[in-house]
Amino acid sequence: MQTLSGSLRRSVVSRHVYSALRYTSSQASSSSNQNNPKTTSFGFQTVPEDAKEGLVKNVFDSVASKYDLMNDATSLGVHRLWKDQFVADLKPGRNGSLRCIDVAGGTGDIALRILDYAREKYADRETTVEIVDINAQMLKEGYRRFKQTMYHNTPQVSFHEANAQELPSEKFVDNSYDLYTIAFGIRNCTSIPAVLKEAHRVLKPGGTFACLEFSKVNNPVLSTLYDQYSFSIIPLLGTILAGDRSSYQYLVESIRKFPPQPEFAQMIRDTGFRTGTDVDGGAWTELWGGVACIHTGVKL
Amino acid sequence: MSTSVLRTRCLASHRASLPLLNPLQAHIVSNKKRSINTQPAYPGHIPLTAFQNAFLAVGSAVMSLADPYRADMVAALGETTAGPALPRLRDIMLQSPEGTRILRERPRINTSTVDMQALARLPEGTFGRMYITWLERTGVTPDSRDPVHYIDDPELAYVMQRYRECHDFYHCINNFSVNVESELAIKYFEFANLGLPLAALSALFGPLRLNQKKRQRLFSEYVPWALKCGSTARCLITVYWEKRWEQDVVEMKKELGLLDSPARWPKPKSPQPVDLQASSAENVLGSR
Repeated sequence: MQTLSGSLRRSVVSRHVYSALRYTSSQASSSSNQNNPKTTSFGFQTVPEDAKEGLVKNVFDSVASKYDLMNDATSLGVHRLWKDQFVADLKPGRNGSLRCIDVAGGTGDIALRILDYAREKYADRETTVEIVDINAQMLKEGYRRFKQTMYHNTPQVSFHEANAQELPSEKFVDNSYDLYTIAFGIRNCTSIPAVLKEAHRVLKPGGTFACLEFSKVNNPVLSTLYDQYSFSIIPLLGTILAGDRSSYQYLVESIRKFPPQPEFAQMIRDTGFRTGTDVDGGAWTELWGGVACIHTGVKL
Repeated sequence: MSTSVLRTRCLASHRASLPLLNPLQAHIVSNKKRSINTQPAYPGHIPLTAFQNAFLAVGSAVMSLADPYRADMVAALGETTAGPALPRLRDIMLQSPEGTRILRERPRINTSTVDMQALARLPEGTFGRMYITWLERTGVTPDSRDPVHYIDDPELAYVMQRYRECHDFYHCINNFSVNVESELAIKYFEFANLGLPLAALSALFGPLRLNQKKRQRLFSEYVPWALKCGSTARCLITVYWEKRWEQDVVEMKKELGLLDSPARWPKPKSPQPVDLQASSAENVLGSR
């Protein structure tokens, strides 16, 4: 079955035949699954849409306690540089204090950086960040982390358990945030357009949407090395450090399923955001050759 | 030897190269390149390239030393370093009728395949009764053994699984508990008896985790016994334990060539109701 779908992918086939075959194949193809409303991708597997949320929840329940350690081990600490650049490019606090919402921000990496940046660069202690995550275990880790900082028990940070695709409208009111950030979370959501729609709803006009996510590496040499590293080393590191291979296998596969930079930028525009042009430096900024990427948009 | 070569030839046609083969086997499979897209050979199989194998071996070695309670890491270390030891054990099994039967029937040991109630009803002095008593004293369960993931050949994977599941029997028949120095004593025993690299690695590095007094006892009492007994006894991987529940323990030890061990059990941590009958039987067995 695997060889069959591989050769079909290379030849010219009509789209409906291909999607019909995809139902029978147990491994999802490299093309987007967005056209089919009933199933979605869970790494390289195809699962019913309703199931993805539960499966992702299991993954993050399992990785939560070692999440920060594994981030450091698998990226050799580089994820810190990416997050630093992500927040530095946003310059929170430059034009006065902001009301920020950090979605899928469980362990609080971005929220902490936003608050520290505003405080250190602009002496801003009024900026607030609401950390939203669907997974309670991740929020617990974040809460525990924040206890070691000066923001614990202040109005500057708060933790909320909610689904990024359906933020409750009583708590997350329309047009109320200046900055919406989502770092390394959007690829785990079942429907990216739904997340973008919610982001558009809660942001004020003129507010910024910023997304840091793993993306497509276009350089073939770097891409080969990156794939080798991702599929060989990362699941093994998951086995060794966390005793959990399958969660890290999922995480690595989900990176490959995420839409490449121009497609994702178009999805952001389709929601109603205004972005830069479709080049590196415009609608998105590539980090480390595309391993990670910052996409931004402004609500009109 | 000829059966194992034949076996390797059959497997070489759809299996990637195995690490650390002897020269005769190596030339047959040397032009097969392993790819991470190899199909799994059995449920739970995770094919690894040579580099991944080495990486996991090193990583699991470090992790096992850092946290010996990570049983999955000890298991992974055993599988990644097994090398030629497993084919050798398989051949030893094939040379004995009991071992051949095990390979053919592939019995598993867990609470659903072993009737614990029936074992408890066996008379004192039988192996089955000794085993169930040992399980109760140590609080160990046969269900907690990790499945084999990293051995490519399904039969060798079974040999590894069998070794892992029989490990408790080696403790039991030699009357050892499950604390660290007993585990190390059994590892020395296994190294002498089975020749697995994992046993050697654990034996070499494990004692680093012991304090001076325990290490002293290990090396003065347990290790000499383990090496002597392990090397003179029959290779225990060939023993079909599940068919021997009713066998008398003393007779079994004599048959297998096992000598009485100097094992000492630690005092129980919390007060437990003492089963006078069981403890007196053990005293009798231990003293012989």
